[in-house]
Amino acid sequence: MLLIHCPYCEEDRSELEFRWAGEAHIARPENISAISDEEFAEYFFLRNNEKGLTYERWRHIHGCGRFFNAARDTVSDRFLTTYKAGMPKQPLPETGASEKTVETYEATEGDAR
Amino acid sequence: MADSGADLANRTSPLSGFHGGSSTVRLEAAPPAERISLRARAEDVAALSSALGVDLPVRPKTSASGNGRSALWLGPDEWLVIAEGNGGLMQAAKNSGALHSATDVSHRNTAILVSGPGAAAAINAGCPQDLSLKAFPVGACSRTVFGKVEIVLLRTGGDAFRMEVWRSFSDYAFGLLAEGAQDAAV
Repeated sequence: MLLIHCPYCEEDRSELEFRWAGEAHIARPENISAISDEEFAEYFFLRNNEKGLTYERWRHIHGCGRFFNAARDTVSDRFLTTYKAGMPKQPLPETGASEKTVETYEATEGDAR
Repeated sequence: MADSGADLANRTSPLSGFHGGSSTVRLEAAPPAERISLRARAEDVAALSSALGVDLPVRPKTSASGNGRSALWLGPDEWLVIAEGNGGLMQAAKNSGALHSATDVSHRNTAILVSGPGAAAAINAGCPQDLSLKAFPVGACSRTVFGKVEIVLLRTGGDAFRMEVWRSFSDYAFGLLAEGAQDAAV
């Protein structure tokens, strides 16, 4: 079972108590009525969907109910850090070589990107 | 016109008639209680605490009890307050004069009392939390999951728990607890 650290409950809890809530650190444009359709689409619809390190919002919906931010590796599904909503991107802890040893199709079989 | 009783709305307990348990776990439907879901800012906690007669806890996973009332920390600005019988919680919160949101959820929830040496094992049949006394001491409480439903769990004693569950889910929760109780006795 994957354990996720909730920064509000201040302890590791089962993944069953959490929900994913999309990409983090997306700021709403202050002049939203003045921006172009392209700029609105960029803000509202388009997400990076990066492979590897991503910053995401998660919600401890079956716990304290709070949204928070998490840095997660989408290849290894490992949570690198979690921090409270509203805080800037936090420095990542040193993670040994294990993150680089995950075998991916691109690394072992081909160059599809 | 003769009074047939059909114009009366009698309260029915969602778990009346349920029974289950095992040689190590005792399962009981808790008596009716008054409950409010309370939301408030940090600066209003003191006024609400004195109005309710129980100190609203501000540390995660903790609860406070007194005067027949229990206040359970659910989130940084959210509490579940339970009073035995009809405790006048809504009026007490209103009398605090502090800005808050209180919703009467007395009839939304029901509770199952789980006790006995196998109580933690029976709950762990569907709950992922560490229920050892070190991680979940007496007085600890948490909103969590039990099988497919959401519950609020409060440890009332070394081997006694109160499981708050929405009444329409109580059939499922009691059934799963009964299964867990059987497993805990093996």
